[in-house]
Amino acid sequence: MKILMLGWELPPHNSGGLGVACYKMCKALAEQGVSIQFVLPYEHNQKINFMNVKSADDEAIVSVDNSYGVYDSHSYLIKTHAGAKGHRSLHEQRMVYENGVEKLVESLEFDIIHAHDWITFSGAMKAKVRTGKPLVLHIHATEYDRAAGGQGNPMVRDIEYNAMIMADKIVAVSDITKQIIVREYSIPEDKIEVVHNSIDIADTYCYDCGENDYKYLDAMKRSGYRVVASIGRLTIQKGLINLLEAIKLAVGKNPKILLLIVGSGEQYFELVSKSAELGISENVIFADFQRGKRLRDAFRIADLFVLPSVSEPFGLTALEAIGYGTPSLVTYQSGVKEAVNNFLRVDFWDAKEMANKILSIAEFDSLRDELHENSFKEYKKLSWAKSAGKLIDIYKQYNVGVNA
Amino acid sequence: MKSVCMYFHVHQPFRVKHYTAFDSGNDHNYFYVNDNESKTNNENVLRKVAQKSYRPTNKKLLELLHRHPEVRFSMSISGTIIEQLEKWDKETLESFKELVKTNRVEIVGETYHHSLAFFYSREEFETQVRMHEEVISRVFNKKPQIFRNTELAYNNDLAYWADKAGYKGILAEGWDPILGWRSPNYMYRPAYTDNIRLLLKNYKLSDDIAFRFSDRNWAEWPLTASKFAHWLNAGEENEQIINLFMDYETFGEHQWEDSGIFEFLNHLPNEFLRREGNSFLTLSEAIEKFEPVDKVDVPNTLTWADTERDLSAWLGNAMQQEAIKAIYSLQDKIYKSEDLALIEDWRKLQTSDHFYYMCTKWFNDGDIHAYFSPYESPYEAFMNFMHVVNDLKFRLVEKGVSL
Repeated sequence: MKILMLGWELPPHNSGGLGVACYKMCKALAEQGVSIQFVLPYEHNQKINFMNVKSADDEAIVSVDNSYGVYDSHSYLIKTHAGAKGHRSLHEQRMVYENGVEKLVESLEFDIIHAHDWITFSGAMKAKVRTGKPLVLHIHATEYDRAAGGQGNPMVRDIEYNAMIMADKIVAVSDITKQIIVREYSIPEDKIEVVHNSIDIADTYCYDCGENDYKYLDAMKRSGYRVVASIGRLTIQKGLINLLEAIKLAVGKNPKILLLIVGSGEQYFELVSKSAELGISENVIFADFQRGKRLRDAFRIADLFVLPSVSEPFGLTALEAIGYGTPSLVTYQSGVKEAVNNFLRVDFWDAKEMANKILSIAEFDSLRDELHENSFKEYKKLSWAKSAGKLIDIYKQYNVGVNA
Repeated sequence: MKSVCMYFHVHQPFRVKHYTAFDSGNDHNYFYVNDNESKTNNENVLRKVAQKSYRPTNKKLLELLHRHPEVRFSMSISGTIIEQLEKWDKETLESFKELVKTNRVEIVGETYHHSLAFFYSREEFETQVRMHEEVISRVFNKKPQIFRNTELAYNNDLAYWADKAGYKGILAEGWDPILGWRSPNYMYRPAYTDNIRLLLKNYKLSDDIAFRFSDRNWAEWPLTASKFAHWLNAGEENEQIINLFMDYETFGEHQWEDSGIFEFLNHLPNEFLRREGNSFLTLSEAIEKFEPVDKVDVPNTLTWADTERDLSAWLGNAMQQEAIKAIYSLQDKIYKSEDLALIEDWRKLQTSDHFYYMCTKWFNDGDIHAYFSPYESPYEAFMNFMHVVNDLKFRLVEKGVSL
């Protein structure tokens, strides 16, 4: 079967989980015999051999120097082959993508359109109108999530809503997300299927283990401190203010607790000043956005990974943490809790309970070790291949391109 | 000729409420919660179980005792549940007394707090056995002659202790690996003892009622009293006793009323007594009637739980071990405090259920429905418990006992 995959980013040009999820999902689909044409808003200069990656931009952008991904509304700094530079807003960029997709579908051969998140949806709708092919929407996050349970941008909501109405099938990354689509977008339940994101054990293989790059934290751990880490964009959706409140409460009981925050985003200054206001600046370490060894080491150094999200469709980082040897505390508002049982859980607003659990992990090593050991047993059973299998079952409902 | 020993175990723990690191040092009230919705509301749980199980079962059994002069059985009833019944449901406690008053219901001894103290502190264990004896004497005016340890946890040492303590009999699981080719349906003598007798649970027949009764996927479903009586009669002709041991909550709680469990109970005596020579015996009567055929050696602790039949459901993981170690390492300091309320709270924390709730075995397989617990996870159970232990330490320090 041939799939036209509409995405916004692929690693290494990713701002968060969306790019990683698309990449892993497509790889697993390709391994099960699905042929994929993946359309990006920019030219992808990294080698990918399991699918055909195309750019929707007929102006032939060679690089996007400042991509903030689907989440921010910063302008795009572009450079064309001709060498001219210019700026585009996110919505201009979206329009370029939409028009590019509409043109591309004329020349591409495919059975199903599979589009990832709102920013590709206007292009996806055009593609469906042009070709009449079935449209599968994949919801990694809704505007409701990004606005942390608020209204968000009405134009984005409109695009999401129209696409959901027009879609033949909607795939949600968790049951939580499915329920949000039903409740917030009035889509009937039977139109939505849940396919959890996943992880492969090799994804967290630590080939450069050894000395941890966070030397200060390492030394503090040796003198009895315990480290809590949170890794993600610094944005309201992630609920970090509540985590800081929890750390404040926990440190009041046990001063030997440190919080490592890895990530960047518009909330950075707010979080720094909030830490100062709470009097916990010494206990909170901001380490900016990291990739590679420093990202892996952040997971590894922690005694507990916290996913404090207000509304988190999935939350792959909690799975990555397990792979790197660290158990997780996740909010009930996070979809990842559907994929693994062995998490500590808390309501995002309940700073006191969050503190209770952080204190418990800091005090009782047996809790940390038992939690990790059991979550790792579950982790080992996860694979993208299983999620890809579910997607293929969905594709097959349209009775297209199946080898008889 | 067949003899059946029915033995039922009645118990409820004092569950620990949601208790955080911030409660340690502030809240010394661990077992009582006002929240009606909470699964750790012990009063609510007791009332619910009493209504679904204890009352209708007591009523049915009393009726059977009146209807069939041959019916007799044995039961153990933990100190913690007697305490709960006295506090919250005197009427149900009266119905237990009614049963015992017939003198055809034998009360079996155990630890008051349903604890695993035998494996950690002989002194504490003996105190709790004595406390149980006292409460049984006060409430039922009986003195237990037979001993059962918590979760039927049994080994040679326990049998040796019970023998020296003067018990006539002791109960254990009739587990194949310890019996080898032998059948549980005979009287045995524990290794290294002189006088005491060992009664072994026939787990196949017991679990047909306790676990499988309402399982519609079971090939034998539905299990009728006449079918079961037929199975009881089907064994070797010269075997002595069939020991049917189970939790009392089997009736009405584990097997719901609509499964037909009370009807089953209602017809069982009739169906079984239909065959001439068949009889029901209390445990003591069985010991009087039968001579032991062999001795049984159990060097490693055996329980009636899981496929492992060991203590792993209570002590199998690192959290459980840390928790039980935390409790028993406080013993001398707790005694020294001479604070009766503190000592009693400490004892209530020894109840085996607390450790069972921390078991991660079932939680792993995604089969969380097999996790019978008032808590969302074994981790919650552990955290609540450990913060309570911290509060015990706080109270010790307040009392001037150094840690």
